[in-house]
Amino acid sequence: MCNEVIQVDVIIPTQTKYLDLIGSIGEHIAKDLDDFSGDREALAYHLNLVLTEATTNAIKHTTQITPKDTVRITIHIQDNELNIKVYDHGQGFDLETVPLPDFDHPKESGMGLYFIRTLMDSVSYTKQTDCNILEIIKKL
Amino acid sequence: MKLNLEKIKGFSVIFIQEERIDAHNSGELKEYILHMIEQGEVKIIVQLESVRFIDSSGLGALLSGYKHASAKSGKLALACCKPQVFSMFELTRLNRVFDIYTDLSEAFENEA
Repeated sequence: MCNEVIQVDVIIPTQTKYLDLIGSIGEHIAKDLDDFSGDREALAYHLNLVLTEATTNAIKHTTQITPKDTVRITIHIQDNELNIKVYDHGQGFDLETVPLPDFDHPKESGMGLYFIRTLMDSVSYTKQTDCNILEIIKKL
Repeated sequence: MKLNLEKIKGFSVIFIQEERIDAHNSGELKEYILHMIEQGEVKIIVQLESVRFIDSSGLGALLSGYKHASAKSGKLALACCKPQVFSMFELTRLNRVFDIYTDLSEAFENEA
């Protein structure tokens, strides 16, 4: 059980040097959660990874259009549910068409969304008029 | 990307001196390894003892090195993975691609 309410809202420039900061926030949240009975070290790594991958995707999508843009990341924990939203201002993509990696013929790219899908409970990507939102949910 | 390169027992051993390999520094690692391979250094061991976090781009950089070394009849192997880093190789089945050794001694022994 995890009864805390945590809300984090971060806006960063579209630069990969901030990935460490974003990943570390997730890692610290996992390590400091009260009443979490699962594998805390694994959750810390997974949140670090998922936030890193999601933010990398947003930076890549956004920098193709306006290099001075920003990426917004929110993390919300309430009622044993962790919700991550990553907002980008790129052209967006269709999450459903992103294939699973071919494990017999591994490629150098395309594993990021696989990590997010595998380690979290649900993932969605919605295109809105002024931005796109990658929403990730993990039951705690 | 902070790293050291040492020649040990005929191998080019890359000691990664970063705790984290992600999209910020993986491109540099990839280019470094490719440059080594172009210079004819194709027996490569990457020592990952300092690394406590790797993302998909880091795995991709190592996979790129593996493929290019193999294409030149060489080999890129890994040593000293921390358990959570190793779990990323398992999750992507890349532990079936790379030879991953507990320490450098084991790597030298098996790759000789």
